Amino acid sequence: MILPNSPVLLEVRNLHANINGTPILQGLNLTMRRGEVHAIMGPNGSGKSTLSKVLAGHSAYEVTAGEVLFEGANLLALSPEQRARAGVFLAFQYPIEIPGVGNSQFLRLAYNTVQGARGKEELDPLEFDDLVREKMKLLEMRPEFLQRSVNEGFSGGEKKRNEILQMALLEPTLAILDETDSGLDIDALRIISHGINQLASVDNALLLITHYQRLLDHIVPDFVHVMEHGRISKTGGKALALELETRGYDWTTQTAAEAVS
Amino acid sequence: MNAATALKTLRSAALERVGSLAVPTTHDEAWRFTSLAALSRASLHPVVTPTPLVLADIVQWTILEATQRLVFVDGVYAPLLSASNATHAVTVCTLAQALTTHPAAVMQHLGQYAADPQQRFTAQNTANLFDAAVIVAPRGLSAAAPVHLLFIATQPNVSSYARTLVIAEEGSALSFVEDYVALTEGSYLTNSVTEVVLGANAQVQHTRLQRESLQAFHIARCAVTQAQDSQYHGVSIALGAEISRVETSAQLRGTGAHCALDGLAHIAGQQLADTHTCITHAQAHGVSRQLHKCIVADAAHAVFNGRVQVHPGAQKTDSAQSSRTLLMGPKAQVNTLPQLEINADDVRCTHGATVGQLDSEEVFYLQSRGLSPEAARSLLTYAFAAEVVARIPVASVREQLQEEVLQHRSAIV
Repeated sequence: MILPNSPVLLEVRNLHANINGTPILQGLNLTMRRGEVHAIMGPNGSGKSTLSKVLAGHSAYEVTAGEVLFEGANLLALSPEQRARAGVFLAFQYPIEIPGVGNSQFLRLAYNTVQGARGKEELDPLEFDDLVREKMKLLEMRPEFLQRSVNEGFSGGEKKRNEILQMALLEPTLAILDETDSGLDIDALRIISHGINQLASVDNALLLITHYQRLLDHIVPDFVHVMEHGRISKTGGKALALELETRGYDWTTQTAAEAVS
Repeated sequence: MNAATALKTLRSAALERVGSLAVPTTHDEAWRFTSLAALSRASLHPVVTPTPLVLADIVQWTILEATQRLVFVDGVYAPLLSASNATHAVTVCTLAQALTTHPAAVMQHLGQYAADPQQRFTAQNTANLFDAAVIVAPRGLSAAAPVHLLFIATQPNVSSYARTLVIAEEGSALSFVEDYVALTEGSYLTNSVTEVVLGANAQVQHTRLQRESLQAFHIARCAVTQAQDSQYHGVSIALGAEISRVETSAQLRGTGAHCALDGLAHIAGQQLADTHTCITHAQAHGVSRQLHKCIVADAAHAVFNGRVQVHPGAQKTDSAQSSRTLLMGPKAQVNTLPQLEINADDVRCTHGATVGQLDSEEVFYLQSRGLSPEAARSLLTYAFAAEVVARIPVASVREQLQEEVLQHRSAIV
């Protein structure tokens, strides 16, 4: 929700980023305040996933210009793990499978690492088990998922739920959800959206990167941005998402071109 | 011929073989990736006085589940550290005692399976066969508690022999842990030979742990022979030694025998770990499975040669072998070679080998959850090893090793 006088959480100014020398982000600007839900939509190749990876600190991407301030500090100066500990969370589009590492063990390790960084109490396996089972109820996940290896043999929907479970445990200030809805059936979408809505608060902010309007029926955005050619070309409210669904992405390019001419 | 004479004959025949064989070099096909130059340079002598250890010295290696234990210090039996019970159904004793309680069984099997005429190290061991660890599980007995055989090296510049004979009679079930550890960081040689005999329908779980000093040499031979319908599961973990070589053979002599060999070599620095195995399907309906994993860091070198032989007539053999290696850096090396010799036409034999590095996407995923790159790499390495460690049938050993792998030492200069 949009709150009056809410502090700025994330400021992205003129961000340019390459991968293997190919420019992807070409002057992206974005401001997010606490409590807000932003959605970024755009055609394939617009750089949506690149934005999420750059914000999370993936080393394959090189920032060539611009700045990113998170809670007023330079985010780009931090390593990926420092960003995570500072409260930035990325729900991956394709979560990684880690055979041989138990899900419960991994979740506890991530939780304790972030808790430790915040000077808060770490939990032993039994205490953590109580906590994680509570959180799993939110996402209607069966306890068996704790015994399995991380994401191994999980269906697409189960992997995405495991991502949101991590979000529930790590309580990030900025959660970037990279195409969390892709590959989900209607029930999985409903459950995950419900979980995300429960986690949204006045203190944190959500950045939903999505290809389809459908997610935004469940998680209502405050701002919808259209991303094209590595920058945000248009910003609007929820209605913008519906227009895009009806008219397609070419419509925004055309209107932008018309505006110029 | 009585047992004492038979034993003497065994030793002298072996001694003759030693005389006629040269120490293998990299010109020998079976040793072409494994140089023993460092061993030749070492000056080693037999132990003069074994170190008098007390129980407190070995408490770190206690296996809670084991009710019987034989301990050898520098190759010499240490009765005060051992715990065996003469009334226990499973016989766990030294060679001398076994020759009084089971003379026929011992002499029928001792030295019969690890008897390769070209094997100099095995011959040396047999030529020095004055004592051994002997386990006999009687017919039909299912022993719940594992037996612990602990071999401790305490002195540098010593060469010592370890010898084990395990007899699982028809229908018996047994688990044992063969454990090589060190209280010295110096250089020494352990020459070990183990023979495992499975009667019809017997089941043996064999956990082999090698945690020798990082400067030590560990040369081992394990010969398994299986009668029909028997099941052998061996898990071999190699962590220590500057140079280690374990040659394991399993002869599936009876129909319907089942053999599973799992191995993990986790090495760093300049260590070399060589695993040579040979599974022989001599009869029909045999099943063999092998999973060998190597984690090689720094400039270490792993060697794996997995041979599977299927004899004519061994129809319906079902064999699968998998070798997986994780190279942690640009200087790490592995030579991995499956060798299939198939002489029956109605069989299923598969094999596969992969060699790779830690996936940078996996490392990033873990970093994005707050783990440092070191913690991420450590967790992923643990995950790679976990598949084999999970197969150790003794819970306390499994847990201890999981911890050891997770805390695994980083670069050794």
